[in-house]
Amino acid sequence: MLTSGSVTMRLSDTQRLLMPKAAPLSDFGLIMRRLHIDGPLLVALLLISCFGLFVLYSAVGESNRLLMNQVVRLGVAFVAMLIVAQLPPDFLRRWTPWGYFAGLLLLILVLTKGDVGQGARRWLDLGIRFQPSEAMKLGVPMMTAWYLHDRQIPPRLGHLAIIAVMIAVPTLMIAKQPDLGTALLIAASGVIVIVLAGMSFRLMLGLGVLAVPGAMLLWTFMQDYQKQRVLTLLNPDSDPLGAGYNIIQSKIAIGSGGLFGKGWTNGSQAQLEFLPERDTDFIFAVLGEEFGLFGVLTLLVLYLFVVGRGLYIATQAHDTYSRLLAGSISLTFMVYVFVNTAMVTGLVPVVGVPLPLVSFGGTSMVTLMAGFGILMSIHSHRKLLPH
Amino acid sequence: MSALLSPIKDIHSERRLFIARVVLSVVVSLLLMGTVVARLVQLQVVDHKLFAEKSQGNRVRIEPVPPIRGLVFDRKGRVIAQNLPAYQLELIPEQVADIDDTLNRLAAINLIEFEDIERFKELSRSGPRFKPVTLEFRLSDEEIANFAIQRPRFPGVDFRPRLVRHYPDGAAVAHAVGYVGALSTNDLQRLDPAAYAGTSHTGKTGVESSYESDLHGDAGYRHLIANARGRQVPSRASELLDTLPDDLTPAPGENVYLSIDLDLQMIATKALEGRRGALVAIDPWTGEILALVSAPSFDPNLFAVGMSTQQYRELRDNPDRPLFNRAVRGTYPPGSTIKPMLALAALETGATNLTRKTLCRGYFQLPGDEHRYRDWKPEGHGPVDLHDAIAQSCDVYFYEISREVGIDAMHDYLDRFGLGTKTGIDLDSESSGLVPSKEWKRSAFRNRDDQRWYHGETVIASIGQGYMLASPLQLASAAAALATRGQRYRPHIVAAIEDALTNERRIIAPERLPDVEISNEFYWSTVVGAMHDVMQGPRGTARAVGTGAPYEMAGKSGTAQVVSIAQDEEYDDAELEERQRDHALFISFAPYDNPRIAVALIVENGESGSGVAAPIARSIMDAYLGFGDDAS
Repeated sequence: MLTSGSVTMRLSDTQRLLMPKAAPLSDFGLIMRRLHIDGPLLVALLLISCFGLFVLYSAVGESNRLLMNQVVRLGVAFVAMLIVAQLPPDFLRRWTPWGYFAGLLLLILVLTKGDVGQGARRWLDLGIRFQPSEAMKLGVPMMTAWYLHDRQIPPRLGHLAIIAVMIAVPTLMIAKQPDLGTALLIAASGVIVIVLAGMSFRLMLGLGVLAVPGAMLLWTFMQDYQKQRVLTLLNPDSDPLGAGYNIIQSKIAIGSGGLFGKGWTNGSQAQLEFLPERDTDFIFAVLGEEFGLFGVLTLLVLYLFVVGRGLYIATQAHDTYSRLLAGSISLTFMVYVFVNTAMVTGLVPVVGVPLPLVSFGGTSMVTLMAGFGILMSIHSHRKLLPH
Repeated sequence: MSALLSPIKDIHSERRLFIARVVLSVVVSLLLMGTVVARLVQLQVVDHKLFAEKSQGNRVRIEPVPPIRGLVFDRKGRVIAQNLPAYQLELIPEQVADIDDTLNRLAAINLIEFEDIERFKELSRSGPRFKPVTLEFRLSDEEIANFAIQRPRFPGVDFRPRLVRHYPDGAAVAHAVGYVGALSTNDLQRLDPAAYAGTSHTGKTGVESSYESDLHGDAGYRHLIANARGRQVPSRASELLDTLPDDLTPAPGENVYLSIDLDLQMIATKALEGRRGALVAIDPWTGEILALVSAPSFDPNLFAVGMSTQQYRELRDNPDRPLFNRAVRGTYPPGSTIKPMLALAALETGATNLTRKTLCRGYFQLPGDEHRYRDWKPEGHGPVDLHDAIAQSCDVYFYEISREVGIDAMHDYLDRFGLGTKTGIDLDSESSGLVPSKEWKRSAFRNRDDQRWYHGETVIASIGQGYMLASPLQLASAAAALATRGQRYRPHIVAAIEDALTNERRIIAPERLPDVEISNEFYWSTVVGAMHDVMQGPRGTARAVGTGAPYEMAGKSGTAQVVSIAQDEEYDDAELEERQRDHALFISFAPYDNPRIAVALIVENGESGSGVAAPIARSIMDAYLGFGDDAS
């Protein structure tokens, strides 16, 4: 039972049922909870970031300036996480539709008057330059979770259709920028919500069958360079300077690393610049070359711990919205890790997905950490009952 | 609780279902990561030996080869922008024992600046140690000679040739062709990194910027064989050579032919020397820009080679603003140059007719208002009709008909001549100018009183003052439309694009815009005839310029009041006085009966449109029509 001052709060039966058996909290635990920080999650994220900085230092040719850049970005991202953690889940839920529609509006703005960078319209300049598609990475799972919050679970077919629209609209708009990688990840984060909400397996199977013509439709939607990436996966030697070159070199880098690696800053593939994009999307190959299987597995275990902790937080959450959102954030993170590592090892086509918290670059890091902030918020606001 | 609100929600089963789904996703996740781990084991344990050997033998590096930038020519094929070889000074960190000492000694013999030493040290630390750091982009002949003698003292430092953009006529073409500058971080975000691998400069303004994609070309690559430390070794020395895949030659950028005539450009530049102003000459039947000059100008080579911060600051902070393209971006009150267009509006709307006469006493008063709107001629022009009002530039006549035409009809007709909207020329950052209307004023001001349109504002708008603003380019385009009697073409500065390899040319076709439709052909002849008499009539304002010419021409002068001087600008008294003088404007075309060129220009604080601006326009038309000094 919770006491706050002299007032004893009474719990309804359902609430009591939903609460885990309260373990006695240490003083430290209480402080962390008051700060809305989840200790295990924070420690794991810090470990990944530190490990990542080591790898990055080697990948950027031991440049202190670039390293400091990344440290600052990480700092900003962690602060963003801590700020988001202070916002109660109820507050987030109430504001979700507003945020979602504001996000859609920004996406329309991007398509009509966004800045062009590298042949794609992704940036919007409203005082500060940012990519609205980043905001949608959280906006879509939040909106789908919000919609299902007061509705029957497992969701009915009609509701699923509405959710499909909620996911499809931003996905197609982002695919049109064109940013297919981000579009697919955002679609995945929304689909994960409905799978977690209990969409029937029969329906999933049916949709899976429908996916075949869907994929064919997607192929026509793809830009030439994207088609090229799929084709190069099948035959890397066909394009030695393009994506095929990336895959060939990254496989050599990882394979030559062996069990224990060539040692920090000693990877010839990375240091002699054979490995392209070694500080961004292909940094996993630097890790594999210099730290070997041992180093790679260490990082993967840390990632899996973060996913596991996130899913645990999801199972402990008190309401449908928090539960679905926490589950989606954790599993989407898992998808990021899988897509990047599978792409660098040549299992899936090259899509521009960075290795979370390790790759150089800041835009997606803030969104990612804000997601973990939501997890922390969900977990730490749990015992303060919804009114 | 939501459970109470929606009775269909069963919290227990919902949570059970969720946990089941989480368990399922954990299984799927582990399977996926298991695949990755299996793959890693395959690469790093099973096939480790194979890949270790491959990485040992991995000595082939792919190096991008930048394309050669396309050349820019004038309409007669004379070079405006080319690429010249220049030598740059480079330092290879791994070959230098003591970088500090080397940089200090280089500074001591004046090859680099002492203040740049820290930057070069950081640069040589941040990249791979075999990668050269550029210390100086363009060595002068003396510097090359100087360094050649001292070279043995500087192991690891050497000079290397590269191509530098060069503009032989520098300042005279700067505002038309623009310039290239070193790639900035912003450029790198905007441009395709694959196409720009190895490229160091990109177009920043003018044609260099708006035709960047044509001028740049596509990067190629070549295979290099590197030794164990990553340095390139002569490829013949290696047995690997036979196994190398093919190199890709870069595709050079396309050559661009401007419609600019370099001769006119030089004459205009010379005429505007020592002044602030701009001139645009245009072919009325195609929209081709024949000359585009903004004065003062600057040397675009400074940007291509790279200049010191001090030099840039001087350019940027110069009160005459040499970097500002007045021809395209500058906007000025058009003054009386709009009178021919307003005369057409007045005839077409029926506000006046060809016989109506007004007695000009030198001022005009609105009914019930004491304020006197003055004519430029204090004693007045006497009785004038529309023809006289244009030829003698009588303000009172236009004041009087302004109320009958009304500001919205004025806006409508000036808009048909392209004033108040961008012309759509193929150059960046064009200004749209401003032609006021009642609706514009409602949306432009917040305060209710300010939103109202006043009669007095219509009166001064009729002589191109007040809110009205136009760029020299827009005035030239409008003059061209008067010359063709209503046919309009979008102004463009690039005439053709040429494939650098095949020399195949793509001519840029003129783009016709909607005509200025005037119902009665006689209105055109009256108005254009009055413009003819401005130059050649007995009482024309610019008859001093027009009489004695070997061809007939039409023109209209304008004088625009300088409204005020910004508070934060400081000038000494003499200069302040100079900058409060009126702007001189002039629009014209020639020959009168078969127009081939239209010219508009402004001389800031030039005081007299007919006295200062008109002679410059005449010299341009003379040269273009073959009556210039050189021709005779």
